[in-house]
Amino acid sequence: MAVGKEKIIELKNITKTYDNGFTAVSDFNLYVKRGEFITFLGPSGCGKTTTLRMIAGFELPSSGTILLDGKNIADLPPYERPINTVFQRYALFPHMNIYENIAFGLRQKKMPEDVISKKVKKVLDLVDLEGFEKRSVSTLSGGQQQRIAIARALVNEPEILLLDEPLGALDLKMRKEMQLELKEMHRNLGITFIYVTHDQEEALTMSDTIVVMSEGRIQQIGTPEDIYNEPKNAFVADFIGESNIFNGIMTGKLRARFCGGEFACVDDIEEGTLITAVVRPEDVIITAPEDGTIRGHVTSVIFKGIHYEITVESGKSEMLVQSVRSQKVGDYVGMKVDPDNIHIMIAEDHTNYFAADINAEHRLEYNNKVLDTSVTKIIPGSKRDASGNIIDSRGDVIDPTKTKIMIAIQPQDIQMTDQVDEGLVDGHISNLIYKGDHYSYVIHTDIEQDFIVDDEYLWNMGDHVGLIMPIEKMSFSLKK
Amino acid sequence: MIKKFSTLFIVLVLVFMYAPILILMAYSFTSATTIGAIRGFSLHNYVTLFTTPDLRNMIFGTVLLALVSATLATILGTMGAIGAFYSSRKVDSFISTMNQIPVVNADVVTGFSICILLVVVFGVSKDTFIPLVVGHVTLCAPFVYLSVVPKLKQMDPSIYEAALDLGATPPVALRKIVIPQIASGIVSGFALAVTLSLDDYFVATYTKPATFDTISTYVVNATKGAQTTIKTALWALSTVIFVVVILVVAVANLRADREEERAGA
Amino acid sequence: MNVFRFSRKTLGIPYALFLLLFVVAPLIVLFYYAFTNGQGQFTIANFTGFFSDPNTLGTLCYSFAIALVTTLVCLMIAYPTAYILAKSNLKKKSVLVMLFIMPMWINFSLRITALKEILTLIEGNLAYYPFVNAVCGMTYDFLPFMILPLYNTISKLDDSLIEAAKDLGANERAAFFKITLPLSVPGIISGVSMVFLPAMTNYVVLDMLYNSTYIMGSLIGSYFAAYNWHGGSMIALILLAIICAFTLLTRGMEDDDQTIGGALL
Repeated sequence: MAVGKEKIIELKNITKTYDNGFTAVSDFNLYVKRGEFITFLGPSGCGKTTTLRMIAGFELPSSGTILLDGKNIADLPPYERPINTVFQRYALFPHMNIYENIAFGLRQKKMPEDVISKKVKKVLDLVDLEGFEKRSVSTLSGGQQQRIAIARALVNEPEILLLDEPLGALDLKMRKEMQLELKEMHRNLGITFIYVTHDQEEALTMSDTIVVMSEGRIQQIGTPEDIYNEPKNAFVADFIGESNIFNGIMTGKLRARFCGGEFACVDDIEEGTLITAVVRPEDVIITAPEDGTIRGHVTSVIFKGIHYEITVESGKSEMLVQSVRSQKVGDYVGMKVDPDNIHIMIAEDHTNYFAADINAEHRLEYNNKVLDTSVTKIIPGSKRDASGNIIDSRGDVIDPTKTKIMIAIQPQDIQMTDQVDEGLVDGHISNLIYKGDHYSYVIHTDIEQDFIVDDEYLWNMGDHVGLIMPIEKMSFSLKK
Repeated sequence: MIKKFSTLFIVLVLVFMYAPILILMAYSFTSATTIGAIRGFSLHNYVTLFTTPDLRNMIFGTVLLALVSATLATILGTMGAIGAFYSSRKVDSFISTMNQIPVVNADVVTGFSICILLVVVFGVSKDTFIPLVVGHVTLCAPFVYLSVVPKLKQMDPSIYEAALDLGATPPVALRKIVIPQIASGIVSGFALAVTLSLDDYFVATYTKPATFDTISTYVVNATKGAQTTIKTALWALSTVIFVVVILVVAVANLRADREEERAGA
Repeated sequence: MNVFRFSRKTLGIPYALFLLLFVVAPLIVLFYYAFTNGQGQFTIANFTGFFSDPNTLGTLCYSFAIALVTTLVCLMIAYPTAYILAKSNLKKKSVLVMLFIMPMWINFSLRITALKEILTLIEGNLAYYPFVNAVCGMTYDFLPFMILPLYNTISKLDDSLIEAAKDLGANERAAFFKITLPLSVPGIISGVSMVFLPAMTNYVVLDMLYNSTYIMGSLIGSYFAAYNWHGGSMIALILLAIICAFTLLTRGMEDDDQTIGGALL
């Protein structure tokens, strides 16, 4: 059945704040059309399950309305909503057999026994478990329990079926099978499915519409193709598929500078605008050094079955490339990207990100300068053991040669100085924009990393400056 | 509405459970001989409690008995649990079934049957304290067994093998690897054994020497008599035990909290 | 070659022997004594005597009555208590739960002494309501043993099962009676088994509250006092039969890790 035109459910300005002050969902607005397969996608803790539970009625929104066929159901208890849920760990009743489990909802509606038994038989057929009526829950495999959980919900003929990471507990092969079956069921039944998952591949495969969420907010709503090809921001680009994400700046009409090179692009954005550029690994073409827009040395090659995953280090930036042809580690190569395949977004924040190494003394090092901070303070839960190794919260030893620390610092927290040696890093001013009460500078360093610095005083293009970055203004995260 | 009713219910149950103990506690600090009478503050019950040789011996004897039989029960029960856990399924279920008998059995029956076997059949004198200690070990060891077995089940079975692989002999692997892993079960088993022994009346009645009394047997006999000084001294004893229990619980809770905090940090 | 090779299994031998000697052997002796007379001749007189004497049959009935009423009263108080505790989301829930468990660690004879003083104050003379006093004393003594297994079972219930029931159209009431209550049956059985049998045999509670009616435990006590091992053994055997019947009836309905007594740990 095709997706209808009418809205079956609409969430308006939904916010959920818990007693302890934690806001799980804020200002959530969404409508779902009848017969649609919609997926809430996001990392754990992004609020997707909370939203689902509010639709089901297990939790009440702190504010906002939920309209089902135009009627507000936000305060209705779950047993009065024509909506059924498939739970993450199935939640089958252990003291009832399969028949009783499936019949439970129908019995609440006081249906006659002969109707119940017909419906149970029919829905067991649907999930391919004919003749399982008398079996007990504990004798079923995970996949079978999953089917029973679906059957138990579907037998009530709900208007909307909610699925809370229903395939999370299954192994990979089983999961793939169930994905196809669920999709098939959705097509045949014409019921609206609202699906929650953190698995982007699952979302892309199954959904008509994907809602990408992060930190309680909707990041993007769109078809799988839209979400993949035209991510709205860096979070979506990073979460969906593999991506190379760079900070950069528009340097001319349809020209953008990032990753140490100047690329032609198709997005018409005003010159001087700070941007985030996304390039999918499969869209990078490896060329001879002289033919590439940028150049670098191959640092790793991993065989992945259908393609090779190649990492090329260009200046201080890394580019991940997927290619059917292998390269040798250490080779000097060029890289180019078709302008169509460069996705450019106007940068929302201008935070500078750069990666620092951990040296032999377990100190942070960047640009051959040591930062006076301890690694154990940066990595949450880590400590030093008796032999001087650093152990993370799970008790695994952190290998300093394989670990990098991402440092983030805001443009207004960096100071420019004439004394170039005093800075953590030095470079030349390559761009400046007047922003009303301050200037925004782009400093191009010799190690191919651009920094964005806000300063109220006017410096000149091309000035050689050192950048002073106070450690207390930095925030750190572990880069795997 | 429901919440208020719940709170009220919980409070009423707590009142039922604690009012007698707390009222007795208050009266233990007066010279009154019955509850309800109003008399002045006095510590004479505590003086009686700690100076009457009979009472002192009885308390000391009860505690000593509890410590000795709990120690024996812990050693036996722990060894039994480890042995059964690593034995064939048949042997394991045989030992577990035997272990379950004293647990489900009425204490009266346990005490009486041990008395018949040791005293009547084998002619062991009760004055040797052997029947009493055997009785208390029989009472307590099954609970030690029951508190150690779950810890063995939770343990990763390959760590023992890892120890052998790294060159430890079986006794060393057992002492250095297995025992530390199940230590919490052993400790809680011991604590349970101590409280069971302290609380026992029936096994002691049927197996103790005539001249020896535990707190339970002493209190039961004392309530039948009319000696008010002893009766009110027992109020003081009840207060002392209550305070000790509260202190132990508080310390254990605080330590658990602190460990949790450390684990969380 | 070393004949005795250390193995983890051998650790179980001492405990297995101990159990055979002090748990199984006494029961065999008990059986033997129950079916013999003073001259060592086989007889079923003890058995027929018990079931033909109106006094002993009356005792059996009175024990059942006390045990039944005590168990029901405990259940009525303990189930709501355990349910409220398990469902509350207080930060210091463990402390509250501890409050309900703590009386278990205070010597029961001292607690009954305290209760006796209160009851005397309320009723004036304990002789007026012997049955009520007995039930009150037993409830006071055994309540924590009922609350604990119920609390363990209810707090382990998966919330998503109740959510699933509501999702499928069950209101609060239906969800409780169709899901929560059936799933707490293992806890109810544990609790009942920890209260019912002791209530049939713990005659000291009755003694201390001046209830002179016999229950099953008192019979063993009086045979013991009269050195009649044969009669006492028969009573013990009948109690064992009751325990066996209860265990068989409820087999398979309990949690794995919450057998009788296991809930205490």
